Amino acid sequence: MYNLLIGGAAGQGVDTMTAIIERILKRSGYYVFTTRDLMSRIRGGHNFSLLRFGNKPITSHSYSLDGIIALNDETLELHKEKLRSDVRSFILGDTKLISDDSRLIKVALVGIAKELGNPVVLGSVALGAVLKLFGEGIENCEDILKLFVKSEYIDVNKKAFQAGYNAVEARFEHLPGAEAQGIDDMALITGSKAVALGAIAAGLKFYSAYPMSPATAIMEYLASKMLECEIVVEQAEDEIAAINMAIGASYAGAVAMTGTSGGGFSLMVEALGLSGMAEIPLVVVNVQRPGPTTGLPTRTEQSDLKFVVSASQGEFPRMVIAVRNQEDSFYQTIRAFHIAEKYQMPVIILSDQYIGDSSATIKAYDVKQFVSAVANSGASDLGCECDDSYLRYRLTENGISPRLFPGNGSCLVTSDSDEHDENGSITESAVVRTQMMDKRMHKLKLIEPDLMEPEFMGAEDFETLLVGWGSTWGPIKEAIEVLNSTGDKRFGALLFGDVFPVPLKKIKELSIRAKQIVNIEQNATGQFGGMLREYAGVEFSSSILKYDGRQISAEEIVSKVQKGEWS
Amino acid sequence: MSIFKTFETAWCPGCGNFAILDCLKKALEELDKDPNEVLIVAGIGQAAKTPQYIGANTFCGLHGRALPPAQAAKIANEKLTVIVNTGDGDSYGEGGNHFIHAIRRNVDITHFVHDNRIYGLTKGQASPTSNEGQVTDIQVKGSHNESFNPVLMAISAGAGFVARGYSGEKEHLVQIMKQAIQFEGYALVDILQPCVSFNKINNYEYYSSRVQKLGEDYDRHNKLGAIAKALEPETSIPIGVIYEQQKKTFHQKNEVLMKGKVLVRDDVNFEMLEKYINELK
Repeated sequence: MYNLLIGGAAGQGVDTMTAIIERILKRSGYYVFTTRDLMSRIRGGHNFSLLRFGNKPITSHSYSLDGIIALNDETLELHKEKLRSDVRSFILGDTKLISDDSRLIKVALVGIAKELGNPVVLGSVALGAVLKLFGEGIENCEDILKLFVKSEYIDVNKKAFQAGYNAVEARFEHLPGAEAQGIDDMALITGSKAVALGAIAAGLKFYSAYPMSPATAIMEYLASKMLECEIVVEQAEDEIAAINMAIGASYAGAVAMTGTSGGGFSLMVEALGLSGMAEIPLVVVNVQRPGPTTGLPTRTEQSDLKFVVSASQGEFPRMVIAVRNQEDSFYQTIRAFHIAEKYQMPVIILSDQYIGDSSATIKAYDVKQFVSAVANSGASDLGCECDDSYLRYRLTENGISPRLFPGNGSCLVTSDSDEHDENGSITESAVVRTQMMDKRMHKLKLIEPDLMEPEFMGAEDFETLLVGWGSTWGPIKEAIEVLNSTGDKRFGALLFGDVFPVPLKKIKELSIRAKQIVNIEQNATGQFGGMLREYAGVEFSSSILKYDGRQISAEEIVSKVQKGEWS
Repeated sequence: MSIFKTFETAWCPGCGNFAILDCLKKALEELDKDPNEVLIVAGIGQAAKTPQYIGANTFCGLHGRALPPAQAAKIANEKLTVIVNTGDGDSYGEGGNHFIHAIRRNVDITHFVHDNRIYGLTKGQASPTSNEGQVTDIQVKGSHNESFNPVLMAISAGAGFVARGYSGEKEHLVQIMKQAIQFEGYALVDILQPCVSFNKINNYEYYSSRVQKLGEDYDRHNKLGAIAKALEPETSIPIGVIYEQQKKTFHQKNEVLMKGKVLVRDDVNFEMLEKYINELK
């Protein structure tokens, strides 16, 4: 497995270079995992991508580097200590870089690009050189360039690739066996794109949101597909409008979603309760970033969990699904829609910047198995005997009231944020209030068979049990493999996706067997650990908590576990 | 009996809401609307109880948030006749931002603001349209804030249909309501309405001596003239359609909806989904 860092100032093309080379490597048959570390600014500052590729599945990032493309001196100085002590390790930079680091390979990136007549193609010169350094060819660069570059610039970029390729000697070898995975069976996707694509697969027809990093990528992807898929993507005036619009569209019978990050979610909370009270299906995505308030806008954290679990006044049923990786992001989004429709309640998808902005190669989705969430929900106006006996909030044996759509039959469909009777009319009756609360809250029981237990990984006869949720799945998975590869394989891990209601079976069962239990979370208070204490009675021996805005890596977990550096 | 039915209400005797509700039903009947094609949306407040008292599809949402779900329901299914009935606090106070952007978006919905210039549900605090100086239990020295002019605001922000009605002129109000419902695009009717319990200033006498129906000679298509009309001091209050100009609606501008697309119960587009997954390979 190789690990490349591409760094430079905002506006220098780090993102485009990363997108091109990760696709080239993916097409060469490699597994790829790319994280993006961005500063919250449009120009200047320091941005970098970490791109790992190899012939085995990769689930997380690493700071142990084989190569660096330094588009400026700052990149070189900030990251040179992360280079592995391997004679082959390199820093690739322009001849104008001032560093005299012995590992620096200077190529006239700017000079060559100027000679080719277009200074912008210096990135392609660097990519051509770096592919050579890793022992790769540049045969498929033209196909990939077509995806990112206007046709009139393909030729000059091809020449730039070739010039870069000619300028250096190979250092690493092409990793064998990578092609065997079946290139056409694999897809390269970010977590946020996977959420958007999952929504399309669930029959999404209406998406309203207000731009907010790092959730905007979802809206961008949906907007790029809205005409073909006939989805209305509406930028609302604020997050309050965004969620209320999604609820209105859902009430009318369109599969609807809204998405934001923690700050926007804070504005949405009253309407989250409306979805619960009025029993209108709703999917809300929260791509978390570090708070409180504006926090670190382009970085990552898992600190909204306890907030979204309890957000909004009063009590109503909800489900919270934390996506664990890019594949999960797709399937769990589809599942979120189906559960929202089935139980007529809000489902919150918790993602974060790490999953949302990182791309990974995953098994390509099989589209044949999907059906529209609303078509599958039983909500229907067809064949309904529409007369005055229809009651939107009827108390039924199965605990779910019959949901029809307004204007699709002669039945009248009510909806109310006040406590209401079976017809949807305001009531203050103590009896009806209790019946309606019981009906709504009973959904948390009804949903139990649909809950997914956490994924177990590692040694069955573990002594130490690591517990994580959501995006720590990748780093913990890799850490467990490393920890169990030496010594006597004493480590197991439970990775939760469904986090509310908390699935209790496995954690209760395994926590009894563990000598020590450690929760690993990207927040300062061990929020999920607290929830497991509350719902499962599990006491954690220790916690590894990180809240500096950067995702924990497998190396950090391994080091902390081995040294016992935990709180 | 109205096909939109009659219900027992929780309004005070003499409340202007009774007249507005009557006019709404009459306007819908005269337009031959079927209850199942009508959706009445409200936020929270005394006016926002209107959906509780009419036999139609109804959506009683959150305070200040009537416009977003109303617009979205219309976007999802343009066959619905979507009417927002809610108050001045809901529309101009708590929901002020949505008011601006509903005008800009120009979804074909009708917005009837029951403007009693006071907070009725919470028992008598100043609303955005309360007169400057009006004394209440909260504004004990009188409201220091200038009275909000919704008609002026709507015209200047680009609304295509802006009218003012009065609950004490029912037949006149029915005619305005019908035109507003028939107008293609966002239509605002600010309906002056006495609150007999909490507003002792803007009562029936106050309005009866001031309202003036716009005459035949008034040109509702002249924007500057309409703005001048909206700026007139309150010694005489013009009622009627103050401004009207047809403009492209959200549905006519939106590339997905312009061909009559209905978003309800739509299937997954597998062909496209497969294409998108192939793009990732």
